[in-house]
Amino acid sequence: MISCKEVSRLVSASLDRPLTLRERFWLKLHLWRCGPCGNFAGQMRLMRAAMRRLVGGASDPPGR
Amino acid sequence: MAWFSNDDVAEQRRYLLRFAQLHLRDNARAEDVVQETLAAALEQGERYSGGASVRTWLTGILKHKIIDVFRAGRREKTMSELGGDEDDGHDPDALFDAAGAWQTAPSSWGDPSKTLEQKRFMETLEKCNGGLPDRLAQVFSLREVMGLTTEEICEQLGITPNNCNVMLYRARMGLRDCLGKNWFDGGGRT
Repeated sequence: MISCKEVSRLVSASLDRPLTLRERFWLKLHLWRCGPCGNFAGQMRLMRAAMRRLVGGASDPPGR
Repeated sequence: MAWFSNDDVAEQRRYLLRFAQLHLRDNARAEDVVQETLAAALEQGERYSGGASVRTWLTGILKHKIIDVFRAGRREKTMSELGGDEDDGHDPDALFDAAGAWQTAPSSWGDPSKTLEQKRFMETLEKCNGGLPDRLAQVFSLREVMGLTTEEICEQLGITPNNCNVMLYRARMGLRDCLGKNWFDGGGRT
């Protein structure tokens, strides 16, 4: 199992690049059992959506 | 037909200024780059083909000018200054115990669509973004506002991919901490 700390880094990385199969597997397994890390992932998604909205309906979604 | 004759220049200017402020976090500098952008656009006016929207075209010119400002700023600073510049006193590692578990478990931030509709939340976000250390904020806005890939950011700013990932992580953790304190747990939420 990977730790919550490692999960936080993977969640951040997943916003910038496609994760490897192995990374996705461990991340999913951890998120399935860990509610707080699920909340963290939700927080990161909200932050991304909000940053995009700041500029006023940014049209192009940031690439990976 | 020239781009400025059939479009509301004031409206375009407002958008560009907003875009520049989010990156530069300094109104005077933002005004400067927008002015330069509009001047460049006037000169290149004939080259605007009408293919992309005027806004996309103008934003493209502005993006280059913002990156130039970042690069110039980096050249001016010595390495030691840069080192200190990145440190906001928040070590993300401190959020975890020795085993890598959360010291304080992240809570749910509720319904995202409702949160995003709240003007005061967006103001809090902008304030928190403004509080990030310069170097972190630069990388973060290039990624999240401008939408550059990490490869492009590395190339433009001359940093390593690893450094880029670390800075994005630190920026996100810093922003999360600030939003938690000032909105979600701090009573800003209504």
